[in-house]
Parts: sequence; C-alpha cells; structure tokens
Amino acid sequence: MLLRAGIQSYMKYMLNLRVTENRTLNADYCLLKLTHDEVLPAMLPGQFVEVLVEGSPTTFLRRPISINFVDKSRNELWLLIRLIGDGTRQMAAYRQGDIMNLLLPLGNSFSMPEIKTTRTLLTGGGVGTAPMLFLGAELKNRGIEPTFLLGARSEKDLLQLDEFRRYGRLFTTTEDGSAGEKGYLTQHSVLNKEKFDIIYSCGPKPMMMAVADYACKTETECEVSLENTMACGIGACLCCVEDTKQGNVCVCTEGPVFNTKRLKWHD
Amino acid sequence: MARLNVNIGSLELKNPVMTASGTFGYGTEFSDFFDISALGAIIVKGTTLAHREGNPYPRLAETPAGMLNAVGLQNKGVEYFAEKIYPAIKDIDTNILVNVSGSTVGDYVACAERIASLENIPGIELNISCPNVKQGGMAFGTCTASASEVVRAVRRVYPRTMIVKLSPNVTDITEIARAVEAEGADSVSLINTLLGMAIDAERRRPVLSTVTGGLSGPCVKPIALRMVWQTSRAVKIPVVGLGGISNARDAIEFLLAGASAIQIGTYNFIDPTVSMSVIEGIDEYLNRHGFSSVQDIIGALEV
Repeated sequence: MLLRAGIQSYMKYMLNLRVTENRTLNADYCLLKLTHDEVLPAMLPGQFVEVLVEGSPTTFLRRPISINFVDKSRNELWLLIRLIGDGTRQMAAYRQGDIMNLLLPLGNSFSMPEIKTTRTLLTGGGVGTAPMLFLGAELKNRGIEPTFLLGARSEKDLLQLDEFRRYGRLFTTTEDGSAGEKGYLTQHSVLNKEKFDIIYSCGPKPMMMAVADYACKTETECEVSLENTMACGIGACLCCVEDTKQGNVCVCTEGPVFNTKRLKWHD
Repeated sequence: MARLNVNIGSLELKNPVMTASGTFGYGTEFSDFFDISALGAIIVKGTTLAHREGNPYPRLAETPAGMLNAVGLQNKGVEYFAEKIYPAIKDIDTNILVNVSGSTVGDYVACAERIASLENIPGIELNISCPNVKQGGMAFGTCTASASEVVRAVRRVYPRTMIVKLSPNVTDITEIARAVEAEGADSVSLINTLLGMAIDAERRRPVLSTVTGGLSGPCVKPIALRMVWQTSRAVKIPVVGLGGISNARDAIEFLLAGASAIQIGTYNFIDPTVSMSVIEGIDEYLNRHGFSSVQDIIGALEV
C-alpha cells in the first residue's frame, strides 16, 4: 500500500480569527467555529493550532488544539474543545464575534493512501475523535471510504456522530454500554471481522497503545497522533519530545502524527 | 526615528533586541512569522561539544505568568552545528551568536574553538548557568573560582566577543560578574532561569522528570531587573538584560536599569513576533521622550 507522507513545510501564520459560533455540546465539550476575512491558510488532517487564551490569569502558554474540520465553503476552522482546565474553560466562554489569536497550521499530517481501495480505519477516543472528522472527510474527498471507530465513556460523550456518518461507516463503543458495543474501542467486533490496510488513531495514550498493539499483531500500518505537553508548537523550546527510535524528537514539528514503527511502544 | 544601534564588545548591533538561547531555536523556526534579520542578534540553542539527548519527558510545567523547563541542553553537538546548521543560517543579515555549554572546562574550550573557526559567528554566549544538567552548567556559574576558571580557559582560545551568561541562583550575582570581567569577558548576560519546582498533588509526583527545573517568563522579571541594576553598577563591561521581557515597556525598564541590550526569551512562545513589537516600541518611546539615541536611556534610571 502506498502512503504519501504528511507535508511538513506548510507556511505558518499568526492570525486573529473571528468566532462565528461556539456551541456547547455537553458539560465537558464545546465546538468553536472560527473564520477570517481572508481565505484561511491550507491545512491538513492531523495538523494543529496553538490558541492564545486571554482572560485567564492562570493560563500563560498557548493551548495546542487539533484541527477538527475545515469547512472550505464557509472559510471556517472547527476546534473541538474538551473543558479540562482554566485555559479550555476560558475558550468555552468565547462568543460569536470575539477574536482569537492562533498560530497555524502546525505539525505534520496523517499519511494519505495513494490507492482508492485502501481499507482505512479511523479510531478516536474522547476528544481524540476531533482530528478523525477532518481526516475522514479528506479521505472521502479523495475517493477512499473511511471506517470510523469511536470510543467514549458513555453515550453523551460520543460527539458529532451525524458529521462522521456523512463521510463513512461508523462504529462506536462505550464503556458503560449506553451506545454502540459495550467495552473499549479495541474490543469492538469489527476488528475481528474485517482486515484494514491502515489504522489511524488519536486519543488517550493507553487507547492508542492498545490500537498500536492490535495493528502490530495484524501487521497493519498504524499512525497515531500524540498529545505531549507543549509550549511553543514550532520546534523552538524542545519541551514536547517523544523518545523515539531516533532519540528525542519534537512532537510539534516531527509529529504530532507518528507511524508506530518509529515509537518505542513495542520494545 | 531614533538611533537604536548599540555595541557589545566588538559586536555592532543594529538595535538592542536579541532573542535568548533556547527560546528561538536556530532562528529559522520563526522566519515564517517575521524577517528575523531585523533583530539585533540571535542567540542560538545551547551547544555542547558532544551530542546530548537532554532530559526525559516531561520537561515542561506551566506556572502563573511563566513556565518551568527541564530540557537539559538537548542538541546534536558542535560538529553537527558547524556542518549542518551553520551553512543554513550564516548568511542571515544579523549577528548570530552561539550559546556554548559544557560539562568540563575542556568541553567548553573545545566547543568554543570550533565555533571560533566559523567565520560568520561573531561571538559566543558562554553558558555557565544551565540549571538542568547534572554536571557542569550551573555548577560553573555559582562560585567565583569555577566561573573564573572556565572563562579564563575559553578566553585563551576565543578571540571574538564573549558574553558570559550568569545564573541568578547565587547569593551575590555581582561577585560572579566581577570575577568573569576580571578574566576578560566582554559582557555578561543575566538572568538565566531560576531553579524551581512543580508538584502534581493528585498523583503525589513531581511534574518534571528531573523534579526541579528552570523558571522563566514574566513572573521572574522583577528579580531579573533587580539583578541587572545591581550588576550594571558593579562592572564596567556592558550588561545584557533578560528575564521575563514580554513587551517594549519591559525592555525599556531593563535599559534604564543599566542593560546595554536585552534578550527576549520565553515570550517568543506566546507571541513569535514579540521582538519586532519591542524594537518598534523602543523607537516610539525614544521619540516620544525626545531622545535621539537608545544610548541616552541606558542606565538613565533616576534614583
């Protein structure tokens, strides 16, 4: 299977974007939609942005956030925000018309299969489902039918399901069995019934490691998106390193997407 | 427009704004955001004789108005710098300085000698103040005898401008400054990071893999400003001030306190173009107050 590796040399910008909508999805999540007077820069699935959070006294650094979706027809960038600390809570308080300062697009991207019949599985857990929407849409756009497998604690944490269904087949798991199959994402029956050529994954590290383990056992290509704690987002501070087979590398520039063969997870 | 140029040793800077080592990569990381040749100088990432992997992850803890880091001088060594990085940055039209660090006096000397062979590197910043390495680094910068020893040894082999970067983790920073001045340092830069610590109470574990790390950002500015003030009155060589500068007003405060030039560090992570606004803001301040040159405000604090 041919894969085109993620492009790493996109021009980066610092832009003031305008909030067009900030929708509360549930107590823990909101969906921010942002636009710009000019056409938004080219962005790829897997890339991220660094958001400047104003108005929170405890938040000093920018917050790295995955690109959830780019709606080219409306010139909109979507960010799925999980409210976990003061910074993200402050982001939930932004209202239509507010201005947010972002660095974008940052990092590399998921590889794109060259062959249209490639069987792709897109796995996402929790807020890690965010980049899978943009990736699924881009695959569909290229004539590749994606299969989504999304996991959450319970039904209320499964987000944007209608959006996902637009681009491909959708399977879900919940830990409490309130929707989809009960259990962890890696226990879903589709993994026993079907064979995939490439698995993409984003979510909590134990989930991604379990996915990587499945991929390894079934000799499937696997790309994961890492979320190491980050400061600059552009390869200057060297804080977000992952210990890979090539030593410590910056997740912000050499990632966030890594082929699991590069990582030390199976050693 | 006021005259912004300043001199540090034999270095001529088009303006007093430099970017601090470890916060600006090799400069090129920021070139998408602005024309980096507009800076007075770029001080590139701390470089050691041999390749260093740095400390394990996690290396970062956010604090109110700042951050702790425990990077530990990750770099590919001076030979890699000379062969692979230098060719890509040598023609940037500003002063590119290399921050030199080491574990032994011999390492510092060998690293500085290699840098001296690179024509377009007009100076070094000798880092005797890194708090994140087990051997060397800050150990050299916290007592006058070892600070003198390493500066003396490097001075013998390094003919160009040598700025010595000082640690704030000392009882009296002016003693160290005077000691390195006596050994021929052309300038001192201060402050490097303050040794700090962060704890994750829920997990009852330290946040950083190394337990302690270096604190930087706006939270350290008052300490840095005080140390620059004290040091500029204790030595004759120019002082380069840094520590928490995030806008032109901060930079002007350091100049007034006696700094001949300033460096912007951690705030590059928040606003990659901050150094441009600082240059513009200094010019605006000088014009507004009727000064024709930035020299007029260096050490101009009225006490």
